[in-house]
Amino acid sequence: MAEAPAHDYPTIEPTSFDVVICGTGLPESVLAAACAAAGKTVLHVDPNPFYGSLYSSVPLPSFLSPDPSSVPLSPSGDDSHTVVDLHRRNIYSEAVDLLLRSGGSHHVEFKSVEGRSLLYWEGQLYPVPDSRQAIFLDAATLKLTEKTVLFRFFELVRAHIAAADEDVEGEEASDKISEEDLDLPFVEYLKKQQLPPKMRAVVLYAIAMADYDQDTDCCEKLLTTREGIQTIALYSSSIGRFANAQRAFIYPMYGHGELTQAFCRCAAVKGALYVLRMPISALLMDEERKNCLGARLTSGQDILCQQLILDPSYKVPILDAPSDGSDSNLLRKVARGICIISKSVKQDSSNLLIVFPPKSLEEQQIAAIRGLQLSSNLAVCPPGMFMVYLSTPCADTSTGKQCIKKAIDALFAPQASDSLEGHLKETSENNEDLKPTVIWSCVYVQEITEGTSSSLLSCPTPDEHLDYRSILDSSKKLFTDICPNEEFLPKKSAAVYADDDSDSAE
Amino acid sequence: MHGRPRRPAKPEDEEAASAKAAKLRDLQAQVLHNHHARTYTKEAIGLSFKLLEINPEAYTAWNYRKLAFQHNVKELSDPEAIKSAVDDELRVVEVALRQNPKSYGAWYHRKWLLNQKLAPVDFKREFGLLDKLLKVDARNFHGWNYRRFLSRFMGVPDEEELKYTMDKISENFSNYSAWHNRSILLSNLLIQQSKGFESKQKIFSEEFELVTQALFTDPSDQSGWFYHLWLLAQTSSPDNPQLIASWPSNAAKLTSSLMKEKVEQHTLSSIWSRTVPIVLYFNEPVKGLNQSSVNLKSDLEFSKDIQWRPLTMADSGYSNCWAAYLQISNECSSLQEYSVEVNIPCSDDIVSRSGSNYNSPVHFTFDIELISNDTAQGLDLFDKPVAWNCSESFQSHGNRDPIPVDLLKITSALVEQDSNWHFERLSEEIDLFRELPDDNSKFGKLTLARLLLACAAIKSRGRSLIERKGYCEEALGLFTDLIHLDPSHKQCYEDERSLVLMDKLTCDMETFMKHCSVQVQPNSAPLNHVQLCRLSLTRIGFAERLLWVQMLDLSHNSLRSVEGLEALQHLVFLNISNNQISSFTALEPLTKIISLKVLDLSFNKIGAHSIDTTRYICSSPFSHKIEASEAFEEYQKVNINVEEYWDAILFFRSLKLAQLDIKGNEIASKENFRTLVVTLIPCLKWFDGEDVN
Repeated sequence: MAEAPAHDYPTIEPTSFDVVICGTGLPESVLAAACAAAGKTVLHVDPNPFYGSLYSSVPLPSFLSPDPSSVPLSPSGDDSHTVVDLHRRNIYSEAVDLLLRSGGSHHVEFKSVEGRSLLYWEGQLYPVPDSRQAIFLDAATLKLTEKTVLFRFFELVRAHIAAADEDVEGEEASDKISEEDLDLPFVEYLKKQQLPPKMRAVVLYAIAMADYDQDTDCCEKLLTTREGIQTIALYSSSIGRFANAQRAFIYPMYGHGELTQAFCRCAAVKGALYVLRMPISALLMDEERKNCLGARLTSGQDILCQQLILDPSYKVPILDAPSDGSDSNLLRKVARGICIISKSVKQDSSNLLIVFPPKSLEEQQIAAIRGLQLSSNLAVCPPGMFMVYLSTPCADTSTGKQCIKKAIDALFAPQASDSLEGHLKETSENNEDLKPTVIWSCVYVQEITEGTSSSLLSCPTPDEHLDYRSILDSSKKLFTDICPNEEFLPKKSAAVYADDDSDSAE
Repeated sequence: MHGRPRRPAKPEDEEAASAKAAKLRDLQAQVLHNHHARTYTKEAIGLSFKLLEINPEAYTAWNYRKLAFQHNVKELSDPEAIKSAVDDELRVVEVALRQNPKSYGAWYHRKWLLNQKLAPVDFKREFGLLDKLLKVDARNFHGWNYRRFLSRFMGVPDEEELKYTMDKISENFSNYSAWHNRSILLSNLLIQQSKGFESKQKIFSEEFELVTQALFTDPSDQSGWFYHLWLLAQTSSPDNPQLIASWPSNAAKLTSSLMKEKVEQHTLSSIWSRTVPIVLYFNEPVKGLNQSSVNLKSDLEFSKDIQWRPLTMADSGYSNCWAAYLQISNECSSLQEYSVEVNIPCSDDIVSRSGSNYNSPVHFTFDIELISNDTAQGLDLFDKPVAWNCSESFQSHGNRDPIPVDLLKITSALVEQDSNWHFERLSEEIDLFRELPDDNSKFGKLTLARLLLACAAIKSRGRSLIERKGYCEEALGLFTDLIHLDPSHKQCYEDERSLVLMDKLTCDMETFMKHCSVQVQPNSAPLNHVQLCRLSLTRIGFAERLLWVQMLDLSHNSLRSVEGLEALQHLVFLNISNNQISSFTALEPLTKIISLKVLDLSFNKIGAHSIDTTRYICSSPFSHKIEASEAFEEYQKVNINVEEYWDAILFFRSLKLAQLDIKGNEIASKENFRTLVVTLIPCLKWFDGEDVN
């Protein structure tokens, strides 16, 4: 990004804020909205001329050399029809609730992942039966007895959730799953419920969204029944929260950058001040270099604040040095693949979630790979084409990349021609039952850093999950550090806001 | 619409309710006034709209609107004006439906309007309205009714409506209305032999597969099981009604005495005196038996025209069992054998409830020998009460024909077409439900039991006794499980179990013979005696196998009803002591047995409950019949307490008993009960073992 001349920068008035936030990624934006809602004065700056930081959606021409650590930029123009999200994920779970609570849902348009989720099992793609009706209608791939055990399990979970919601006293209800069972590994509980292996894979990897192989004992990431059921509860409570979007996954139209902007708008309505194209050039520290007092902007202006929040692309030496022991952990990595394909993986469905359970592709595959296919009806790619985002957590770069490549091979026919132009013509004549052809693809690996909290707060990078749950959790944690006695985006703030003209945020 | 909890009313709600009631009363009074005065002005009609807007159940207001509409539309000639009048009326219905989507009056008003055919109907709008309503509540049966009305009205092909039911089932398969409509449409399409619906077997196989998907997904949902029950009935029973038993059976030899009728009442009539009943038993209720649909040929002369009567408590006109009484005319006095020929050809008169006609012709003959029987004349056979314990086995009474064999002959002679397919289909279903992982699904168990019994019924036609008994055994086990699993429907399962038990005991000669014997009474021909005691039976089944029985011992069971016994037109002795009979209403079927002479009702529960609960179970209680009120008046004159004993009066006055035992019932301990019975049955000789005189 080219340095802009100093005189272009506006002068910010006042010069002292409760909170200064740099970067407009999702956690930063959520924090901005939360702080503003809690009555703090907020200055939100971003070095980029667009919203979103690492969470932004970038038009395709600016994404020709994908390198996730340095965000590619281009003057935002409306001439492009293809938007590449740097990180694709579904809103699922708590984000739904948060959006509703903050009133952010007024600013974004949603689409459900219609059709279904698909599970890759023994070399084939099967629809994921995720509801009573879906189990009933799937006569082709589900055996009759599988239907009974699966639905009986769903009912068990539903009764447990309902009973857990009702009893405040902690009284033992007969509908609840026993404490003993809740502490069991989830996979053991599923076996106890007589779910056959394929149904276990459906529940574990396509519904409870477990990442790592649950069938080996060595794995320390075994999901307990309690955790598994919590995820299923979220899955089922997310279904149909917004009109137009009925499935468990919903997806913002026009890419994920919209989501961060929705929260920024909420913050702005509550009085937060927004300045784009405004990098921070230095931190203002106290004499002992322990506490941060404020930040110096590129414009040269010094802003004082009680709390400075930085997006994870800022590397501050003093932040990295005093670690809280999390260094001993291996750095988490996530391998990602982005493909543009000629036709849908499954006929008649445009937006799909595809899950490869661990070991379904090869022995070395330690974690589930998830893929998200999006179509042009989400305004992310040209009509007739589909975009697939694949991701999997991995320990090292090469196995991660290999897994993603295997998944691409399993789903798509290899690229026949190098020429993008020539290829488009070929694929349009493709036979119906052939696998879709890859028009363009890239595979990369990204490291994940956690959010840290000290006097200088740093937000987490996007993680390997398809949903925002853990990111929202850490944002919430950061918020309680700033405002220990305040509620995180209370419902009330939305009610007042809901009547406001939503355009005033601009 | 479904599963909403009811909240207790708050004080402010009450206030609002009383205000609303006051307003409604006011409106209602005005509308009624206008109705009586035939005021059909705009303001008056507007008032009725206001009333219906709040309370669509005000039926009189709808009727008033109909009259007003007819009155006002007469004066209109411009088609546009008529159309707008109809539209206004339709809109009123829509407003009312918004208030209550299940208002009978509103739906009926709409149908009435369309039926007037005053303006072209906008079907798009009608179906649009329906779609909206069925989206709000997919199980609104008013909506489904109206849909059937509309599709008939505009001639929508059944195939399209069938597709619509599938759409609704795909949205949510817990939809009784959709499944139900599906069964109706499929029946129509199969009867019409529409294109693609020529093969019943193919269609039903597909339907079985579809409903099984729902059953296995959620075995605790009832809607699918109901549909499965319908499919099972379609598969297991023959398409057309069939005759399964008769009395007399083919080639039977009867004797009839030429005694005068007044002597008759005190004889043990194993020998008929000039009256011979013929009983025909069908596999399902039929109607339409008359002189032309059943041909009787004989060289005997009958004194009256032959009338076929349904032996049933219900007034529907349909019955499994039909009887006619041959009155041998007094001119026939030569002592010789006469042959009677019964011929039931294919007939459009004889139809089942589903509308299919009788198409398996049956022909049988029997002989009646007229005897003078002078020895019995004048002898009082009831000089002492009849005991129940002196009988001999059939074997020892070797010279008698084993009558049941003949009866079973008719059953097995029937040719069952397609039975192979039916059996295979049912076997497949049985295998499937044996694998249902939900061990505690009551519907699963019940359906499996029904499938097994359907198989058993088919097997009876093929005479594979061992297999048949195996099916019965398994079904018995399932019913026993069900009684424990679902105690609230215990009585229902006990009834079902009783039927299976009776089937098992009577389905083959060898087993049945253990319960059969010949009773020898002094001064009388031997009587066919059947003993079914201490079997925990709660109801009677397979009466068609008992048509020949003259003496029946059902004591020490748990019978709550004796329905089915009315078919036993030959029965003289009946012992139902030590059972669970709780009212005379439950005994009503016995009033159809004209030959009954000895009845043992002792140690039952008659009179134990002041409220007669069986009145709601029995198909037609005694009450509300014209002849009853005449009888009451008559008995009131002789100082009988009609209010207290109305059911006893109706029961006993239709019986010609010589001997009655009723001790051990609450009612028998009442002071004037004995006097009552003696008054009601003038011919009674023995009451609880005591000589009446």
